[in-house]
Amino acid sequence: MQLSREELVRAYRSMVTIRRFEERVQEEFSKGVIPGFVHLYAGEEASAVGMCMHLGPEDYIASTHRGHGHSIAKGCDVVGMMQELFGKAGGLCGGKGGSMHIADLNAGMLGANGIVGGGPPLVVGAALTAKTLGTGTVAVCFSGDGASNQGTTFEALNMAVVLKVPAVFVFENNQYGEGTGVGYAVGSHDIAGRARGFGMPAARVNGDDFFAVHEAAWEAVERARAGGGPSAIEVDTCRFYGHHSGDAQLYRGKDEVKHLRDERDCLKHFRARVTEAALLESAALDAVDNEVAALIDRAVATAQAAPLPPESALLTDVYVSY
Amino acid sequence: MPQKSIRQALNEALRQEMRRDPRIIVIGEDVAGGAASEGQRDAYGGVLGVTKGLFGEFGEARVIDTPITESAIMGAAAGAAVTGLRPVAELMFSDFFGVCFDQIYNQAAKFRYMFGGKATTPLVIRTMIGAGRSAAAQHSQSPYGIFTAVPGLKVVVPSNAYDAKGLLIQAIRDDDPVIFCEHKLMYDLRAEVPDEPYTIPFGEANIVRDGDDVTIVALARMVHYAGEAAEALEKEGIEVELIDPRTTSPLDEDTILESVERTGRLVIVDEATPRCSIATDIAALVADRAFGALKAPIRRVTAPHTPVPFTPSLEKLYIPSPEKIAAAVREVHGYAR
Repeated sequence: MQLSREELVRAYRSMVTIRRFEERVQEEFSKGVIPGFVHLYAGEEASAVGMCMHLGPEDYIASTHRGHGHSIAKGCDVVGMMQELFGKAGGLCGGKGGSMHIADLNAGMLGANGIVGGGPPLVVGAALTAKTLGTGTVAVCFSGDGASNQGTTFEALNMAVVLKVPAVFVFENNQYGEGTGVGYAVGSHDIAGRARGFGMPAARVNGDDFFAVHEAAWEAVERARAGGGPSAIEVDTCRFYGHHSGDAQLYRGKDEVKHLRDERDCLKHFRARVTEAALLESAALDAVDNEVAALIDRAVATAQAAPLPPESALLTDVYVSY
Repeated sequence: MPQKSIRQALNEALRQEMRRDPRIIVIGEDVAGGAASEGQRDAYGGVLGVTKGLFGEFGEARVIDTPITESAIMGAAAGAAVTGLRPVAELMFSDFFGVCFDQIYNQAAKFRYMFGGKATTPLVIRTMIGAGRSAAAQHSQSPYGIFTAVPGLKVVVPSNAYDAKGLLIQAIRDDDPVIFCEHKLMYDLRAEVPDEPYTIPFGEANIVRDGDDVTIVALARMVHYAGEAAEALEKEGIEVELIDPRTTSPLDEDTILESVERTGRLVIVDEATPRCSIATDIAALVADRAFGALKAPIRRVTAPHTPVPFTPSLEKLYIPSPEKIAAAVREVHGYAR
């Protein structure tokens, strides 16, 4: 499908924003100014953006522990995200959630998730809301290859088919569940095939290619919006960093990451494709790079300067009413 | 005697027991790591390195990496235990019990009773507890009270390397399902640990410190915070008796009751949330069985009734501190009817 110039710029901006956000998070985390754990999404940008280009603010997504990319692609405020990672009061969750629980329900982002396989059943619920209320919206679940093995995922896939809800399950196969290879942990080596076994259409796409993801996502989202029920997409992708920031990655081959960055960089592929086809000029892309660099600088500066939550915040938000 | 960290003590306990009994297996997510990858096998040895090196000695038949599938891990371990193996299963973070509790709560814990005493389930579930790493709401909890509430489960919450080794060996040799809780901030804490295998019986508290004025009962990391508070209070002339129950099921009720009979004052320190907890359980025990000895209200120093917050400034407030513990002790010490 043909994308307009405006759409191409939007896609590129979103992917670059994710990449620069993650690179900067890695940098700040290494300095010790970001607490806790961060799981970086760099390398997988085409998946989040290829899907979320088809979604509006009223559509929902659920995410994983590796949730920054999905959040940015879905339209979460980058400055608010950075503040959340720094644990500041102005963060998307008031500093109470952090990287692993970043969420913005106003942007249709149901949360990163600390539990592998936590998201799929929730997405069945979000899709059930859409179906029941006739909103015409869809719900998309981003999961990893790891979550594709979880019982909660199997149950959700089946129930989505049974209830014929407008859901899309995106399995980002980045080749590792923590420090174990997908060739070991996914018995069939075929996540899309599994989803098909539950009775839904499923595609496997190259996650290095934004356009391939974008096309497959369009089909799945349109099917869901038209009342055709759930679909699944397995995205063959890779992560440039470890399971979490600080992971020694001893399970990786010697030049594995270098090879991934050289050969499987979805941003490089995008840039080459649109410039070679004369869809966008390098200058236009460079301008986006500069805008994004300024945005990330502003996000970090804001996060550094922002106040911590007040002590009283410890005891609020457990319930709506007490 | 050699100094060893809790991590080393646990690793040694596993290694020595696995050498002793070929039916013992270790099973869990990345207990070795690096399967089907181009890099090193045993790349993780457990997410915090507790099982590192076991794969090299015992191989993939006994150090079993699994997919990230907690229900299947716990259920397979329970099923293996009831049919002849002695699994040590790893539930990486105790918070993940939410994913797999049926296999523990309705299956493993109940086999023996509901099968009329005919089943034996020698299962150990090692799991990480505790706040203090900004790991946020789903990786920081201390749900040992929930495990303790389940008849059929034994629950171990060690506070030092010596106890960790002796209690883990005891857990492995025990014929019932045992939940073995390891605090994620304590793995590098060192103590004298004998090289040879030894056991510490369940249900025997450790009296960490003697004193006649106020009894403190504390678990895991809170034993150390309570110890700090006791040091400070000693300078003020308040003598604290500090009791570490070490296991919450079975619970050494006698040691707690005997101490309170003598001091008449009790502070319970618990990193878990305050409702239906170890702290309420021990408070109820003492109110029930040592009411006549009490000279002051029982005070509980616990986390608040909230999830664990992410940001370090709030998390610090969430966790009981030596200062809060000392304040509670002063309050009960100075209490007059």
